[in-house]
Amino acid sequence: MTTLLLIEQVLNGLQAGIMLFLMAAGLTLIFGVMGLINLAHGSLYMIGAFAAAAVAAATGSFLLALFASLVAAAAAGVVIELAVIRRLYDRDHLDQVLATFALILILSEGTRWLFGSFPLYLDVPTILSGPVILPGGIAYPAYRLVIILVGLAVAAGLFLLIGRTRIGIQIRAGEADREMIAALGVNISALYTMVFALGAALAGLAGALVGAIQSVQVGMGEPVLILAFVVIVIGGIGSIKGALVGALLVGLTDTLGGVLLPLALGGLMDASSATSIGSAVASMLIYVLMAVVLIFRPTGLYGTA
Amino acid sequence: MDFKQLLAATCVAALGAGAQAEGVKVGMITTLSGGGAGLGIDVRDGFLLAVKGNDDIEVVIEDDQRKPDIAVQLADKMIQSEKVDVMTGIIWSNLAMAVVPAATAQGKFYLSPNAGPSALAGKGCHQNYFNVSWQNDAFSEAAGTALSNEAGKVFLMAPNYPAGQDIMAGFKRTYQGEIAAEVYTKLGQTDYAAEIAQMRASDADQIYFFLPGGMGISFMKQYAGSGVDKPVSGPAFSFDQGILGAIGDAAIGAKNTAHWSKDLDVPGNAEFVAAFQEEFGRLPSIYAAQGYDTGLLLASAAAKADVDDADAFRAALKEADFQSVRGKFSFASNHHPLQNIYLREVIKEGDLVTNRIVGTAATDHSDPYGADCNL
Repeated sequence: MTTLLLIEQVLNGLQAGIMLFLMAAGLTLIFGVMGLINLAHGSLYMIGAFAAAAVAAATGSFLLALFASLVAAAAAGVVIELAVIRRLYDRDHLDQVLATFALILILSEGTRWLFGSFPLYLDVPTILSGPVILPGGIAYPAYRLVIILVGLAVAAGLFLLIGRTRIGIQIRAGEADREMIAALGVNISALYTMVFALGAALAGLAGALVGAIQSVQVGMGEPVLILAFVVIVIGGIGSIKGALVGALLVGLTDTLGGVLLPLALGGLMDASSATSIGSAVASMLIYVLMAVVLIFRPTGLYGTA
Repeated sequence: MDFKQLLAATCVAALGAGAQAEGVKVGMITTLSGGGAGLGIDVRDGFLLAVKGNDDIEVVIEDDQRKPDIAVQLADKMIQSEKVDVMTGIIWSNLAMAVVPAATAQGKFYLSPNAGPSALAGKGCHQNYFNVSWQNDAFSEAAGTALSNEAGKVFLMAPNYPAGQDIMAGFKRTYQGEIAAEVYTKLGQTDYAAEIAQMRASDADQIYFFLPGGMGISFMKQYAGSGVDKPVSGPAFSFDQGILGAIGDAAIGAKNTAHWSKDLDVPGNAEFVAAFQEEFGRLPSIYAAQGYDTGLLLASAAAKADVDDADAFRAALKEADFQSVRGKFSFASNHHPLQNIYLREVIKEGDLVTNRIVGTAATDHSDPYGADCNL
């Protein structure tokens, strides 16, 4: 394998990690601030992608489609929070898992009812559709570079929001001691609705960005949801920094493992068993990574006990 | 004919009708939700169209969510509490391997409308298992032969599960040129950036891939954006009607192999395409065609024999006495199809991306595993 190919694969891993971060950030915020396990986060991702596909088909504008994905997912988030989630804060995690699992089924079937069972068409805008040549002669899809940039911008925005603004202070305080900030006169239920909507909007944005290069179909959110949970467990539950580091680790491990393991095994056995064993082991790697992290840091990389 | 004879004849007819009215109870386990739902829905709709208005056939339908454990539970439920006579519907080879051997061992008939794992075609064949679609290797064996004319180095890619391995084995068995690389991905994988980078770096002249359902959509969109311009081809599953709409123009020109196409000129096919469009408002896919043929096969056997007489029913199935939308169709000794396989090309008809036949890739094709089957 050449250095150039390796660099390209590292970029692919980074980009996969950034997309995961958009999912995991919302999930970890909601868990950290409100103590809620939200299995329906993947459905919000799907809602974002479907809203984007519908608006792109109607208007032809990708920017409008992205905007629609943010609005639709945030609106769905607000409705879900007010109607269902609000009643679950005082319940234990099992009740939350049951209720949000029910939401997955309802939202999936609702989407199927609205849009049908067949995948929708959503493509990257023409201006970003080709490859760009990076220094060193690497041809890399322009759209994937844009995803990396958007993800980094969102990460920076989140750090500023949490670390430098009044709302950020309230969110951090809510994480530390919710009774206390309620006693200090912060409208805790409005804060929770806002955090939930923010997390939902991030998931929706991820769905729309990813939907343009993958398939927009019912149930697209669940595989990503599992990875996002792995990310927040590795990063430490409730930590945005942990979500970023965890997402990049998972993205890089998954991508590079799938490429390098069959190559490495190729030296030990014949080619066809090396590819099949290599790809089988590679798909377990992120869970191995999670187990190793948990052995040394039981609360995750940036988690607090 | 005197009165006694007439009475006797009436009684026999009534008894016969009584036995017929029992009918056949069919348990369909297929994928109706999640990533592979489009395939299962097409099989279901094709099947239901074929048996529409047939009072002999009662159908129970369940969704396996593409999960082997759920498929096994549903199969147990159908056999034990629903008491079905015939089972069908499974899309994925890993699910078929989990369900079919147990079902046939309990004396049920199984008609496969899609999956055709090699393990069930050779030593593991069973007298009650009929594959109405194809053995997994079939399309790729035909493709290997057809593409050998333009031989060159080929990059192979498929998901890492029984059908993925079978399909690549089929291609390698007949392809005359060189294999540049062989990559197996996760079943359900959505991001192919790493594989596309490997394709770019390899010295392959073309890409041959098997990625059914949403996997094919993701790959084709990402491939189109990557700037890699090696021609792509595959079995029809990678370029099927159900996913072409979502891939769009990126697929145009891709060669693929199948036993059926909507423009195949055989008796009954045009009527099937029209009836399917009329009923469901979309074009049928190969999965719909397979579901339809499965329904026709079952109806033909149910009209000839009582399902409680297993030997007679099996013989009736074996005859395959129905007009397949694929044209000539019969069963080889291992109960897998003998059929033609065509080379198709993805084209644009107006706004619609679809396939047309450009040639015959294999005539009266059967699978190589039948030799190991003791039927």
